[in-house]
Amino acid sequence: MELFVFALTVFVLAIFVGFEIITKVPPTLHTPLMSGSNAISGITLLGAVIAAGAQHTLLTTILGLLAIIVATINVVGGFLVTNRMLGMFRRKD
Amino acid sequence: MSGVFINLAYLLASVLFILGLKGLTHPRTAVRGNLLGAIGMLIAVAVTLLDQRILDFSMILVGLVIGAAIGAVMAVRVQMTSMPQMVALLNGFGGAGSLLVAGAELMTGAEQSATSAAALPLQVTLIAAAASGLIGAVTFWGSLVAFGKLEGFLKDIRLTGQQAFNAILAVIVLALSGWLIYDPTTLWVYWAIVGVSSVLGLSLVFPIGGADMPVVIALLNSYSGLAAASTGFVLGNNALIITGSLVGASGIILTNIMCKAMNRSLINVLFGVWVPSDSAGSADDVYAGKVKAASAEELGMLLETARRVVIVPGYGMAVAQAQHAVRDLVNLLEQRGADVEFAIHPVAGRMPGHMNVLLAEADIPYDKLKEMDEINPSFEQTDVAIVIGANDVVNPVARTNPSSPIAGMPILNVDKARSIVVIKRSLSPGFAGIPNPLFAADNTLMMFSDAKKGAMDLVTALKEA
Repeated sequence: MELFVFALTVFVLAIFVGFEIITKVPPTLHTPLMSGSNAISGITLLGAVIAAGAQHTLLTTILGLLAIIVATINVVGGFLVTNRMLGMFRRKD
Repeated sequence: MSGVFINLAYLLASVLFILGLKGLTHPRTAVRGNLLGAIGMLIAVAVTLLDQRILDFSMILVGLVIGAAIGAVMAVRVQMTSMPQMVALLNGFGGAGSLLVAGAELMTGAEQSATSAAALPLQVTLIAAAASGLIGAVTFWGSLVAFGKLEGFLKDIRLTGQQAFNAILAVIVLALSGWLIYDPTTLWVYWAIVGVSSVLGLSLVFPIGGADMPVVIALLNSYSGLAAASTGFVLGNNALIITGSLVGASGIILTNIMCKAMNRSLINVLFGVWVPSDSAGSADDVYAGKVKAASAEELGMLLETARRVVIVPGYGMAVAQAQHAVRDLVNLLEQRGADVEFAIHPVAGRMPGHMNVLLAEADIPYDKLKEMDEINPSFEQTDVAIVIGANDVVNPVARTNPSSPIAGMPILNVDKARSIVVIKRSLSPGFAGIPNPLFAADNTLMMFSDAKKGAMDLVTALKEA
């Protein structure tokens, strides 16, 4: 149970950190904020990699493979498209 | 490789994500912020590959290559006008990824996860897995419906008893979750949760109309984060918990901003029925004999003498891809000594910040894009306000008529400008379904045209004036 309380602590504190930072993002950057947060929510890739490589059963390998594909689309697509948009904002400086 | 090392690397990655989001608080630091986030992700994935549980890398490589190729093509080819669709799809993929990983972890079995570094009590794992299945499936299917609506191939569908239907689905999901926790050997129940939640996701988003899409996309963005966080509890992985919470918080904040900008509660957007009221008067009463249409030449003369011009873009500008033509108009006005700014309503477009991205694409400096509260006091000193493809967000009845369906919604006070030019294809109502007295005001001139053609005609007229 101690580990659960620890994980819950991390969860709650991270939400507070998120609120503090994200309320400071100006409306001009709200679209890149959404695509950028899409990219980092591809963090499930970590779990997907282990599921696909652990060779537990064929089913878990397939689930892991599918998860890697969708999570990598999120990570690569999210970071690239955010970079593309933010480049447009930077040009005028 | 020891678990301690991996977890320290995850901590580093989480710090980089937080610094990356912090970079997004200003356009100057935003590119670097995004890069920090990408580096964090690279570190997190790289150390995960060192995990001892991985016996075979072939499937991992295949998945990474396919996913990276699809993601890169999407990111490079998407048009800025289609950014809401892209974000909707990415939200959905995030949800799908989380539910697949949680499912795979359940199938791998509790006995194996108990040997991993951070094993949580079995009940916690099961509750979290049920949450991943529910949120992940709702996010995936809800996002696909949102994508279809934004692309225009799905219509709003409202059925009687839809809310009762949703409530029944929610109860079934809860019951199945209880079963899974009570008897962890019945793993198929997890997929039943995913199945019922998929129907729930479809049923929740199908009735929601186009004007509410900014709220839906922001909310699904939040869900995709929460799904990742709950999968983090399934795996006992802090990197997922931290990152998921950050994204969850981000989506909630944006959802809240959008709701406030429409003067509606989240409950109302999700479950409420939008009833167009007739108290605002019929279109004939409002418009008959009062609407003045003007030619590009007349408007060119009006703009020629303007010292201060405020442009109000709406979804119509995005649909017509008019941002580059608008930029030409701005350049010409500035060459003639006018001061030009943009007034951006928070729900203009189909997602938060949509107009800003389109205008940035057309090389319009971000310091010209003003938020509603900042620009509203200046309309009285504005010679000409040009409304391009916007309607409800400039409708003065929100201020004046308490029984109007948009009563109390914060609007741009365009009606206070000395002259108003509205570029719009027709007098058709916006999503609120009510006529707009602004179009019939004494100081308003209508230019009935597509946004792009209208802006180009104004440029031509102004050059000749």
